[in-house]
Amino acid sequence: MQRKVFQLLVDNTSGVLSRIAGLFSRRGYNIESITAGVTADPRYTRITIVTSGDDEILDQIEKQVFKLIDVRDIKVLEPGNSVYRELALIKIRVSADRRQEIIALAETDNFRAKIIDVCKEALIVELTGNQDKIDTFIGLLDGYEILELARTGLAGLGRGIENVTYLP
Amino acid sequence: MTGADSIVKCLEAEGVDVVFGYPGVAICPFYNAILNSGIETVLIRTEQNAAHAASGLARVTGKVGVCAVTSGPGATNVITGIATAFADSIPIVVITGQVNSELLGSDVFQEADITGAVESFVKYSYLVRDADDIPRIFKEAFHLASTGRKGPVLIDVPIDIQNAPTSKFKYPESINMRTYKPTVKGHAVQIQKAVKALNHAKRPIICAGGGVLLADACGVLRELSERYSIPAVHTMMGKGALPSEYKLNYGMVGNNGKPYANRAMNEADVLIMIGARVADRAISQPDIIFDNKTLIHIDVDPAEIGKNAQATIPIVGDALSILTEMLESEITCSTSDWVDTLEEYRNTMAVVRHPNPAYVDPGEFIRRLTDSMEDTAVYVADVGQNQIWSCAYAIVRDGRFLTSGGMGTMGYSIPAAMGAKYACPDTQVVAVCGDGSFQMSMMELATMRQHGIQGKIVVMSNGYLGMVREYQHYTYKDNYSVVDLSGSPDLSKISEAYGFKYLRLENMKDCDAVIKDFLSTDESVLLELIIDPMDLVK
Repeated sequence: MQRKVFQLLVDNTSGVLSRIAGLFSRRGYNIESITAGVTADPRYTRITIVTSGDDEILDQIEKQVFKLIDVRDIKVLEPGNSVYRELALIKIRVSADRRQEIIALAETDNFRAKIIDVCKEALIVELTGNQDKIDTFIGLLDGYEILELARTGLAGLGRGIENVTYLP
Repeated sequence: MTGADSIVKCLEAEGVDVVFGYPGVAICPFYNAILNSGIETVLIRTEQNAAHAASGLARVTGKVGVCAVTSGPGATNVITGIATAFADSIPIVVITGQVNSELLGSDVFQEADITGAVESFVKYSYLVRDADDIPRIFKEAFHLASTGRKGPVLIDVPIDIQNAPTSKFKYPESINMRTYKPTVKGHAVQIQKAVKALNHAKRPIICAGGGVLLADACGVLRELSERYSIPAVHTMMGKGALPSEYKLNYGMVGNNGKPYANRAMNEADVLIMIGARVADRAISQPDIIFDNKTLIHIDVDPAEIGKNAQATIPIVGDALSILTEMLESEITCSTSDWVDTLEEYRNTMAVVRHPNPAYVDPGEFIRRLTDSMEDTAVYVADVGQNQIWSCAYAIVRDGRFLTSGGMGTMGYSIPAAMGAKYACPDTQVVAVCGDGSFQMSMMELATMRQHGIQGKIVVMSNGYLGMVREYQHYTYKDNYSVVDLSGSPDLSKISEAYGFKYLRLENMKDCDAVIKDFLSTDESVLLELIIDPMDLVK
């Protein structure tokens, strides 16, 4: 089993996300995360899918996804040659006397997170980074109660300009 | 001009001659508009069969078959027909009526989310939201259905869109689909690799699938096989790609195939798989079969390559184009020893049946029937024991052998034969089914009578769902569960009721005379064969 990040360019039509998600579920492929958003050209949507499987499954995923009529392009975002980011919003229960501990942890250079909401019993941390960084941060919150957690899933781009798909 | 008029004009522009279907309120604007065109309509008796009829037409003409049904239950009923066409890559366009687009999603009368429901059985589907999009959508739909790996496309048209006024009709001349460009031409380097592999081959074999027929590549395949003496086997869907009596055709592979065909494939050193999915019924253990051999896998769908077997030399593209290109190179393989070996296998490994003389022997009957049929005849096999016997014994010459291979849909033969006969009235078309599958589609006898479509139907009656009974015989030691077909109607009376001539054969004594009667009559005819209820395909 290995993990792979696919980047798709698809026609920005209604139902496209359900077609892709449906393909993954009916063929039994894993989706660890899926993110979608319109590109600079509003005719297209860029989708980043994090999935896992053995080599044969990953090969099939690439072929079956590309076979969907709405899919313009699919590529693998290799870790060494790509940047990935995920955004997490974490609501932590914390009393006023311990609030500074969280703020200090969040604002270290390791995390550079922001505190975007504070109330008497809790605060919300906004953290951006790769998935490991977010997992690490959550791990460090041991002893605190996480009231709510929202993660966007990974978005990614290849580095440089060699692999850019130019759209007609 | 309305959206409905626009749809009809699109069908005219695509050269559609006939629409199979069943109306309801939500598709009525279309069925009203079609009256003003030269396009014929055939009222089938249940929607599933509209798709099967379109499939039969598509398979014998190479054109896209079209059917049109109403919203809600009309649309959901047609799904099995769509799934059947999808599994066998048959090009059809299915038009469904839909409730008023402003009411979509509110669960009004006869609303069904059909584009959602068929998602995994169509090549693509459209929900039309603007009547001005109709020409583009239909142009794309016919293009999608008939190119690359062929398959069904569904177009869902809300009734208000059918009634909406549209601007002047202009059918697009070209396709402009940014995201769909199927590979047609095979990669030249890969083709040369395949030629080189064949040059070194001592025991090459071709395995032809349904893709050979879909690509219209039967002629070039025969040329490749004949010119270089390369033996061939085929899958169920590939039956008829090479004539049954062609000397290098060693028959069907798979768990219901010929033992010598399977052995030939196992012992080959180079296997050329063309337009075949390497599916479980053809090749149950691909890892074992493909060990120690060069697999050249030719398919128009890149996703089929490497799905069930890892190809040594994958070639993506159209079978006709690739085989034609292969024939441009000289291939030097010497196969005479190999062919001798296979001949020996054929002579020593033939399956010998021990039929019960009190009944009709289905294998021998099919052999004699197809031997007497015209060379260009279309044989439509249903699903069940009858399908396995048909695959094993039907002789196909320059005609066609149609069946539901991938989905195994019972009841396919009668509507598919009807579609084929409608499209080619001068061609001999015979449907062969069991008493189970017959009762799934016998309502279409009325359609044939109504529209003057000659029906030639063979029903193998054994009073059982024979294939399931056979499975229960082996797996559950004759503990039969829900396979007894008692209560079936008297087929002579059914024939009379629908205006069909009725023939009956109870054993092999009068076989030839009855076959002659069956084939020579111009009337619609139903021939009932009495089969030993305990007969087995294995």
